[in-house]
Amino acid sequence: MKKVSVCFTLNGDSVTAEVPVTWSLLKTLREYFELTGAKEGCGVGECGCCTVIVDGDAVNSCLYPIPEIEGRSVVTVEGIAGKEGTLHPLQKAFLENNAVQCGFCTSGMIMSAKALLDKNPDPAEEDIRTSLSGNFCRCTGYVQIIEAVRRVAKGNT
Amino acid sequence: MSDYLYVGKDIPRTIEADKVCGRAIYINDLKRPGMLHGKILYSRYAHARIKRIDTSKAKKLQGVRAVLTGYDLPDVRVGFIKDQTVLKKDVVRQFRDEVAAVAAISLEIAEEALHLIDVDYEELPAVFDPREAMKEGAPLVHEVDARGKPVRSNILPLPWKFQAGDPEKGRRESAYVVKDDVRTTWVNQGCMGTSGCIAEFDMNKNLTLYSQTNVPFLGKQRIQEYLSRLGLGKSNVRVLNPVVGGSFGTKLDTDIYEFIAIQLALQTGKPVKILFTREEEFFALPPRQPALFNIEQGCDREGNLTFREVKAILDNGAYTSWGATTPSVMMMPISSLYRVPNVRFDATCVYTNNIYAQAMRGYGNPQATFAVETSMDRLAEEAGIDPAELRLINCNRPGEETPMRLKITTCPLEACIKTVREKIRWGEKRGKRNGRGVGMASLIHVAGGARVYKSDGHGIIVKVDQNGRVDVLESGTDQGQGSPTVISQMVAEALGFKPDDVSITLGDTSLCLWDAGTHASRHTFMAGNAAIQACRSIKRQILEMAVEFIPQIVTYAIKKKKQKDPNFREPDLDWKLVASPEAMDIKDRYIFPQKAPDHPYFRTEVSEILTRGLHVGTGQSRVVIAEAFYDPPTEMLDREMKGNYSMTYAFGTTAVEVEVDKETGEIKIVQVFAAHDVGRAMNPTLVKGQIYGAAYTGAGYGLTEEIQVRNGRVMNANFRDYKMLTAKDVIPVEPIIIEVPDESGPFGAKGIGEPGLVPTAPAIANAVYDAVGVRISDLPITPEKILSALRKKDVC
Ligand code: FES
Ligand code: FES
Repeated sequence: MKKVSVCFTLNGDSVTAEVPVTWSLLKTLREYFELTGAKEGCGVGECGCCTVIVDGDAVNSCLYPIPEIEGRSVVTVEGIAGKEGTLHPLQKAFLENNAVQCGFCTSGMIMSAKALLDKNPDPAEEDIRTSLSGNFCRCTGYVQIIEAVRRVAKGNT
Repeated sequence: MSDYLYVGKDIPRTIEADKVCGRAIYINDLKRPGMLHGKILYSRYAHARIKRIDTSKAKKLQGVRAVLTGYDLPDVRVGFIKDQTVLKKDVVRQFRDEVAAVAAISLEIAEEALHLIDVDYEELPAVFDPREAMKEGAPLVHEVDARGKPVRSNILPLPWKFQAGDPEKGRRESAYVVKDDVRTTWVNQGCMGTSGCIAEFDMNKNLTLYSQTNVPFLGKQRIQEYLSRLGLGKSNVRVLNPVVGGSFGTKLDTDIYEFIAIQLALQTGKPVKILFTREEEFFALPPRQPALFNIEQGCDREGNLTFREVKAILDNGAYTSWGATTPSVMMMPISSLYRVPNVRFDATCVYTNNIYAQAMRGYGNPQATFAVETSMDRLAEEAGIDPAELRLINCNRPGEETPMRLKITTCPLEACIKTVREKIRWGEKRGKRNGRGVGMASLIHVAGGARVYKSDGHGIIVKVDQNGRVDVLESGTDQGQGSPTVISQMVAEALGFKPDDVSITLGDTSLCLWDAGTHASRHTFMAGNAAIQACRSIKRQILEMAVEFIPQIVTYAIKKKKQKDPNFREPDLDWKLVASPEAMDIKDRYIFPQKAPDHPYFRTEVSEILTRGLHVGTGQSRVVIAEAFYDPPTEMLDREMKGNYSMTYAFGTTAVEVEVDKETGEIKIVQVFAAHDVGRAMNPTLVKGQIYGAAYTGAGYGLTEEIQVRNGRVMNANFRDYKMLTAKDVIPVEPIIIEVPDESGPFGAKGIGEPGLVPTAPAIANAVYDAVGVRISDLPITPEKILSALRKKDVC
């Protein structure tokens, strides 16, 4: 299979990957870099479990063609805790607020929420709901997730 | 209030920090050295004869390690009534029939190989409507039964017949009677983590199955049985649970893909992983059992229920899984939600060429409660009684035995109804018919185990190391409900340790004791009761050591002090305070005399005692370990389908306010109050999480969710067309926790995993009626159905 070599920034580090040209960003993260935080819940852009941040925007990495990552900056759920292992405020808030049940949607949820808060540190509930509307969760009914995001938002202001 | 230190507190789920860091290992993430990837080829027809299967091209593809069809496997039947084989040969009976399977070195190659398998079919007449399938002369889905005996009908040999009292007499004595047809549909459990497993044999043909099952021990049993039919009776089976991405019923049966992975692993001698795509998750997994109900009930002039009679037809699909047993749970609300003296319930399960169904959160309860609670509203209207009032008149009461012989222990149903009635401002809002309306529905559910197998037992092993770290080998599973946090709270409370001291190992059949499964909202109840037993023994062991060692420690300390300070005056100690285990207690890791908790000499940190126990150095060293097996004194249903199958039952009432747009038929949920009887909440935040999640899924059941099955084929096998609610669909749920501690529950707890879902859909249906005057008795309540009902109403 034809391969492609791409250089990009991954969680702050410069990296290179040589992978089949047909691979998605999700597959590259999971298979090549063994970062399995982003999950495949559907593989076709409908569930949000694979959400990562590319150049500041939340994207469905399952749909993201790997050649297009060249030169960009990718942040995954593995890259947001402090180096000493301190959790990101969203990670902490998710745990404290029971915004995690089975956890399968959690990486994607946190990354969607982070992309939002990075742009808008004090979003209204409506903005949070809109930003998370591409991320399905079957366990929580979203309520405690939205509360967790709001807590961090408030904490920021 | 109680003076518990950890139970009842909002301890955060930090024990699961891996989940927020992307480090929790789900089946999707798990790899084994040399692992192959398995894929399954499904039928192209709903009913057809297989004329020929040619796998030669697939076998030749580079990287393919095995291609199997039903013709390669011994004829071993699996499933609840053994009505299917792992791979199907000769005849396919539904679109999801597994016809062939491939194992290859990569997923891509396995997928390619599937395309190279040639199957010739000859289509057979099929039947898709259970009512048609019941008729004489309908195409037979199965020509023979599990024993090879010819069958004449599609009706399963599994009649559900229940009767209590005299329904005819009840009918005669009724002042008001209502009758209705109600239909509930297939619903996908919608786990965000798709299904999958890894099967791996060692050289002695012992099997390790990484499985998402929530019944590891029953799963092990089924697989062990299967292997012994293959001549591998000596193989040991170890079932291991990775982190599970939701279950909601899908992991109750051992699914066909698991047997296929086992066959491929046997064939290749390599670990084989099968992981479903989302599409497979929709069409190749058994969804919630659909049901058609005919319900009739009546009351006297005062509103006292006189009888209830329900006939149900269940579309079983082509094979039988747990869906066919949902009547055992439907029976509970039908016979026991509200006091009704005369009850009859008949359910018929019918084979069709549709996908087969199984369990989903609430089992058969959401279906039956939808029928019962929408009918209660009709009856209230017929009798001219306020629907909330009718429910209160017939409210279940503590200490009663229901017609099904369920023994009600605590029962705050009245409080639930009254609370939501007040919260939603029922009196002021009801009966306006102005496009806004309120409705309510209640529930009863098992909350203290459910004896559906001979043993409803649950085992636990607790051990404590010399540093005071507690390891709990817990025989249940966690599919996201937060059991590790709740169990660590209960263990810490029972032991007098801290929740942080406790580590939980779940879902490992080799390490843990038997358990009937993490279903029926039973985990907290069972694990808690088992933990309390085991911890009692652990505590005793530690305190016995304390009796032995505290005097040694104290005497030594005094000696040391004297050596250091010649003026030190030896205190006059009352050694009786520490002379027996009964005289002492443990709290927050400290052992202390009950009569002098802050005693300056006797108060001792546990690890000091535990280390001494291990380090006695005389050949007498000890470790601290205890196991407990809690099997509640409940009953299996008897021949009449009666019996107290749970230690206790949970009640609850949901009230909903809706706004219905008469032009578009759109429903907006304005507010939801969900009052639930939880015994005692072990962790209120987690309890609320269960209520929120269940209420949302219940709202989806009521409003949007339906697997569209046309001529046996699932037409909406993706999230675009299968409408689950998103964060945008605001359902403002306010959970209300009603606490009346139950004696049989650990620290008073009842189960709460499923109840939140059960009354949501009927409460919505009742609110819609109150808003616009049309009753939709056919789930989901879509705008189209509302519009067409409104039109019909206008015509009349
Ligand atoms: S896996 Fe990417 S959106 Fe579902
Ligand atoms: S926590 Fe399970 S899907 Fe969101």
